[in-house]
Amino acid sequence: MPIEVSGFAIGLVFGVLAGQAGLSVAESFLMSALVYSGAAQFVVLGLWGTPLPVAGIALTTLVVGLRHLLMGAALSPFFSKLPRLEAYGSVFFMADENWALTMSEFSKGKRDAAFLLGGGLAMFASWTTSTLVGRTVGGVLREPARWGLDVAFTAVFLALLVGMWRGRSDLLPWAVAALVAVAAHHFLPGQWYILLGGLTGSLAGAVWRGA
Amino acid sequence: MALDPQTLLAILLMALATYATRAGGLWLASCLRLSRRVEAWLDHIPGAILVSIVAPVVLASGPAEALAGLAVVLVAWRTGSLPVAMVMGVGIVLVLRAVA
Repeated sequence: MPIEVSGFAIGLVFGVLAGQAGLSVAESFLMSALVYSGAAQFVVLGLWGTPLPVAGIALTTLVVGLRHLLMGAALSPFFSKLPRLEAYGSVFFMADENWALTMSEFSKGKRDAAFLLGGGLAMFASWTTSTLVGRTVGGVLREPARWGLDVAFTAVFLALLVGMWRGRSDLLPWAVAALVAVAAHHFLPGQWYILLGGLTGSLAGAVWRGA
Repeated sequence: MALDPQTLLAILLMALATYATRAGGLWLASCLRLSRRVEAWLDHIPGAILVSIVAPVVLASGPAEALAGLAVVLVAWRTGSLPVAMVMGVGIVLVLRAVA
């Protein structure tokens, strides 16, 4: 229940920002329903513009979603016994929160794979509804620059980062990402700084942990 | 109900990319084992991407953004509320820009 309340609030924020980035009501709703990934959706809003960088948006979504590979791999011992349609249908609804809940149920010895789908459906309903509400309410606001669109994105990401901080193991990858991103932003055109900082920072984390 | 074709294409590609990562883990795990180093790499990607997006704005655009960033981090840490932190950040930047 607390997850759904905070999820609803984040969906509202997404709806408002999607409107400011120029997405229509139908487009915002479709994105939340088909992509259903808060992290990817917020990140691509930062890339939104004219002309639309379609390839960059797809590539960025793929990179941001790479963590799902790990999560899906962790589920596989429990999902391997399910019929394929059920297993591959359920993972569409796999998000950080219901995945974490499902894994903790599994670790307690429960073996009900429908837990992921149940939690996922509830979050899906909340996410799509809140996107619609946020987009509709946010549509009232005109002149996004005057409302601080630029810092609204930054603030959301900073707040998400605070929740993602796991301790000292994040220090090196985050510092490398920040340095590379600031340098790349200064010297390179476009949005390359996001991919460059993300790749070098995460690789630094992998090398550090492996050492 | 405006649906721009380019936007629709972007959304469909995003949907494909995200589903590929969701289903890919199940599929990959049945074929091979990820090494610990690859796991650590995948694990660090989301945080590193978010840091890369915010770093140029917070660290290299001016005192208003830097101060607002600091406030957002403090508020998010103390309250755990994303909307409250966002409103704080936007408010501080608007005030500082108006004053400066």
